[in-house]
Amino acid sequence: MVDFSGRITLGEGSALLRKTIRALLEEERNLLLLNLGDVDYIDSSGIGELVSAYTAVKNRGGDMKLLNLTKKVRDLLQITKLFTVFEVFTDENGALRSF
Amino acid sequence: MTPETKHLEVTLQTQVESVNVAEEMCLRVAEAAGFGEDDCYRIGMSVREGVINAFHYGNQEKPDKKIYLAVHLTADKMIIHVLDEGKGFSLADVPDPLAEENLLSTSGRGIFLMRAFMDEFDVVTGQNGGAEIIMSKKLPGSSESNGQGGQDAQGGQGAGGSGKTPHQEA
Repeated sequence: MVDFSGRITLGEGSALLRKTIRALLEEERNLLLLNLGDVDYIDSSGIGELVSAYTAVKNRGGDMKLLNLTKKVRDLLQITKLFTVFEVFTDENGALRSF
Repeated sequence: MTPETKHLEVTLQTQVESVNVAEEMCLRVAEAAGFGEDDCYRIGMSVREGVINAFHYGNQEKPDKKIYLAVHLTADKMIIHVLDEGKGFSLADVPDPLAEENLLSTSGRGIFLMRAFMDEFDVVTGQNGGAEIIMSKKLPGSSESNGQGGQDAQGGQGAGGSGKTPHQEA
């Protein structure tokens, strides 16, 4: 499980997400649970990085799921229909068991 | 200019930090205008997406180009203009990010979000040939305030854009 906090936006936030996922994939860790419980803001660039990460993980035969979305992030994923793409959990144990 | 109309104009560099500057500036204006937390969030996000659009698509991230941001507060709405120095674009050419084939695209959601979050939204060709995003949100308590999004922007100066680059004085 990877914990993120703050803003995932154009610039440092989305770049950090990208680097983190890349590093994990290079370590051949491709079952990822992203805990976004402390992410209070995401823009379209951040959403793009989430989608890019998801695609990269899936292409390597892995899976990526999301945990503890804040209301703003959840609403954004819903209106962009990405809520139908990502598996989202509110319970860490349940999320980990789902892999 | 009517007594109720206030204007704020700024010229931004084509760099990532300009997105944050624009968002912060417009958030302060929105708060001062009396918008609540939810509307301030929507306005701030829309400004971010407009400037991101200008930075990445309009100006192609070229540091020698500028982004012009203008905010007008009329008696009943907050109107935001974002003008880039690119080649302009047509809304009809923007793919639908909700279409099945586009759901996993890593980009292309900015226009959709601005339309969703603002009461009025439009893109016109600026005087300089670049794309000018014009979007507005009705002030809280205004007679038309209803939170609906996605209609074409009328702007504080009539439909079809400002008629001048936002960095000029009104």
